[in-house]
Amino acid sequence: MIAVIGLLLGALAGIFLEPSVPTVLQPYLPIAVVAALDALFGALRAILDGTFDDRVFLVSFLSNVLVAALIVFLGDQLGVGSQLSTAVVVVLGIRIFSNAAAIRRHLFKA
Amino acid sequence: MDVRDAPEPPRPRAGAWRRLARALAPRPTRGQLIAGVLCAILGFGLVAQVRETHADDLSSLSQDELVRLLDEVTKRTDSLEQQAVALRSQRADLVTGADSERAALEAAAKRATVQGILAGRLPAQGPGVRLVLTEPGPHLSATLLVDVLEELRNAGAEAIQIDRSRITASSYILDTADGVEIDGVALRAPYVWLVIGDPNTLVPALEMPGGALASVRGDGGGTNLETMKHVVVDAVREPPSDHYATPAPSPPADSSGD
Repeated sequence: MIAVIGLLLGALAGIFLEPSVPTVLQPYLPIAVVAALDALFGALRAILDGTFDDRVFLVSFLSNVLVAALIVFLGDQLGVGSQLSTAVVVVLGIRIFSNAAAIRRHLFKA
Repeated sequence: MDVRDAPEPPRPRAGAWRRLARALAPRPTRGQLIAGVLCAILGFGLVAQVRETHADDLSSLSQDELVRLLDEVTKRTDSLEQQAVALRSQRADLVTGADSERAALEAAAKRATVQGILAGRLPAQGPGVRLVLTEPGPHLSATLLVDVLEELRNAGAEAIQIDRSRITASSYILDTADGVEIDGVALRAPYVWLVIGDPNTLVPALEMPGGALASVRGDGGGTNLETMKHVVVDAVREPPSDHYATPAPSPPADSSGD
């Protein structure tokens, strides 16, 4: 519940504060958001598996974001930024889908 | 609780729902606080990114896409500039055409005016002389008047009017019992001539010894010649339309010099 409230509070803060993303962060924020979403779904799945651990969630969340940003940064330096971004998004998307499928199986047995 | 969430929960499903509900139940544990903070960060970042994407399309594009976009814009600018050049030259052509057409129109109007004055179709004004011929004695003959007219024409008179009759190339003067008849209009002395032309030429031509006015005076007529800065020849005459003569095609330009 606190997590849901936190999500809503963050979204409301984003809506009302109207933050402008710093130019330095602009290439990394979308990938970081997708990575965080992946971590969130992973946490949800862990809750349903009964294996949720807050430390693991914290570490996986931060490491997901950092690794995704690092990959994009590396891709930009190598001149394959857009392709690597696409690759990261595809991989994270697949993970989100498989996590969502596991959650669905847990909750609906289908 | 699980009954409300899932109406017919088999055992395993109930376990999953219960776990979910327990996880969602607000308890101020460290894990819940961490999850809340992380979710807040996620929500903030998500909204910020969505706003950024909606606010500015260009800043979210990669370098390749920006280069391609720039290329397209440059090409589009080039083609538009070419189009502008073509349209500008077309406009210049049209303006030139309109100018020459207007010049031709002005020339035609001027010619029409000159010819209208020559043909007596238009009233005219300008410097000239006013000549009054009286006949205290015998009638002045038409021949005398024609002499005066010829003298005026020789002196470069451009528009001539006797009383209310405009004198043109086809005008005639006939003797009648008590005067003359000009173009079918009977006139009697005194004859008032209004002549447009250079007075410095007209007056000496008329007053030439043995000239037209001398002949009139010799036949007993009176003459009164005065120079005027502004003569208005306002009698007009509609030239008869030609029945037989039509304009001949103009000769080719190269044969005109031969």
